[in-house]
Amino acid sequence: MIRFVLARLVQSLVALAILTVVVFVLARATGDPLQLILPMSASEEDYANARQYLGLDRPYVEQYFSFVGRALTGDFGNSLRARRPVVELIRDRLPNSLKLAAFAMTASLLMAFPLGVIAAVHKGTAIDRAAQVIAVLGQSLPTFWVAIVLIEVVAGRLQWLPAAGIDGFASYVLPGFTLGWFVVAGMMRLLRSSMLEVLDTEYVKLARVKGVVERRVVWLHELKNALITVVTFAGIYFSILVTTAIVVETVFAWPGLGRLAYEAITSRDFPVIQAVVLTTAAIVALVNLSVDCLYAFIDPRIRYAG
Amino acid sequence: MPAEPTVPGALAEPFPAFGAAQLGRRGRRLPVVSLAIIGVFVLVALFAGALSPADPEAQSLRARFSPPVWDARGTWKHVLGTDRLGRDLLARVIWGARVSLTAGVLTVLLASAFGGAVGLVAGYYRGRVDAVLMRLTDATMSFPVILLALILAVTVGPSFANVVIAIAVILWARYARVVRGQVLTLMELDFIVQARIAGASAWRIITRHLLPNTLNTLVVLITLQIGYVIIVEASLSFLGAGIPPPTPAWGSMIAEGRDFVTSAWWVSFFPGLAILLVVLAFNLLGDWLRDTLDPKLRQL
Repeated sequence: MIRFVLARLVQSLVALAILTVVVFVLARATGDPLQLILPMSASEEDYANARQYLGLDRPYVEQYFSFVGRALTGDFGNSLRARRPVVELIRDRLPNSLKLAAFAMTASLLMAFPLGVIAAVHKGTAIDRAAQVIAVLGQSLPTFWVAIVLIEVVAGRLQWLPAAGIDGFASYVLPGFTLGWFVVAGMMRLLRSSMLEVLDTEYVKLARVKGVVERRVVWLHELKNALITVVTFAGIYFSILVTTAIVVETVFAWPGLGRLAYEAITSRDFPVIQAVVLTTAAIVALVNLSVDCLYAFIDPRIRYAG
Repeated sequence: MPAEPTVPGALAEPFPAFGAAQLGRRGRRLPVVSLAIIGVFVLVALFAGALSPADPEAQSLRARFSPPVWDARGTWKHVLGTDRLGRDLLARVIWGARVSLTAGVLTVLLASAFGGAVGLVAGYYRGRVDAVLMRLTDATMSFPVILLALILAVTVGPSFANVVIAIAVILWARYARVVRGQVLTLMELDFIVQARIAGASAWRIITRHLLPNTLNTLVVLITLQIGYVIIVEASLSFLGAGIPPPTPAWGSMIAEGRDFVTSAWWVSFFPGLAILLVVLAFNLLGDWLRDTLDPKLRQL
């Protein structure tokens, strides 16, 4: 088990190392950031001074290693646009993103579980078909379109909920719902199909023969084993959530990491782009690692397969 | 009830014919509605020039924000109304179909070709080659698609080709993963072992024996991902990093209408509806293909 965890840890670190190179190259390729931060009237000399001051005149390899070295200590330099340490920006924004993600994830799990289980138990009935429709719709609706419609109808015409920003619990509802919608759909389908698979196994039949109450069979024996599949895919759903968050945060003016990324990319703010992408990737990698470990812990077959 | 055979269906019949027996066993009928929707959109995309009632980029400030025809103020001249610049929405949705469908199909083909090749090579050679390729795949997969596509689109400038490449650069990893998994299982089977004993070259085994046996999976994954790619492409256009204006792309049309939703809801509504219909159709078709060809793939 320890060997498995260590091996996975090394794999994650290698993946992250590859990413730092990619991120560095890409960020440098986005064009000259000085054109954006210096005023139109800046002279050649101003450019040269600024370049030297920001360290953009040194060789790329040197810039890369100093970037990695400082990144390891949590120092991502200063934002070119906000002229503040990048770490501060991330510290400001990350909690907002995490809160929104946690809200969306909780809400979607609360919806996906009952729906998935009930759909599997009542396979082929109207309930099942309704659940399927919800699931397929969830995977086919463009997030930003849902967001616009919700803002217009719920926040605009009905004035029930705030449309943008963070202002108390009510402001979580619309972005949280938009963000969780896709996950609900996928999770529910997954749960339904793995429940159906478990339904046929010997130990479930045995439980029934023993005379275990039906409710117990469904929620304990079946769900517990169907969960293994869900755990496997939790990592994928998490990265979908992160991806969707960029769009959702932009539309709802949510002061999170996704919006920060969007702002940084459109203003070619190198240090911020690097920091946001690496933070996001590190979080995704960490989640995947814990999912794999959890999976290996639940299902011993994985541990030995390596 | 007799026990299910332990060999997964897809492996027991490595390349099942698209026959009636199979359809009957799964008991799911052909998704006629999906096929019809896809067919209509493909035709519209192919013959956009002939079907479009107007030039999608022709502006007419006098006719701006004209509502759809069923509204009291609407006219037959602009069936779905017009946008901020008085451009005909029906024409833009029709031309947008060409942009979105081409982007979706091209991206997925590129990604599946590259990802499939990586998966075949990694699964065939195993060992160090496999380790290196799979680490690369993992690194790609842990990268949020939209984030990299945004960076790439801003890096190399927004254009149709760049959007396709940007999404494909991330998407191939899924194909590599799935194909490698299948190849690993296939390599243990007798017919591959015998081919190797018979002295078949690596190239021959990969192209003649492994590739055909992963095609089912590839087809299912391709169909399921076309819808996803169309949404990602639209999201990028929506964020301003996709296909640049004035080319009609569904995502950027929604973005353009966003500020006028209260007064002119139709500008954002119709492109959104078009995306919904196409993606829905591809997803349903993909579901059906998966259930028919390769039930083991249910999680994709």
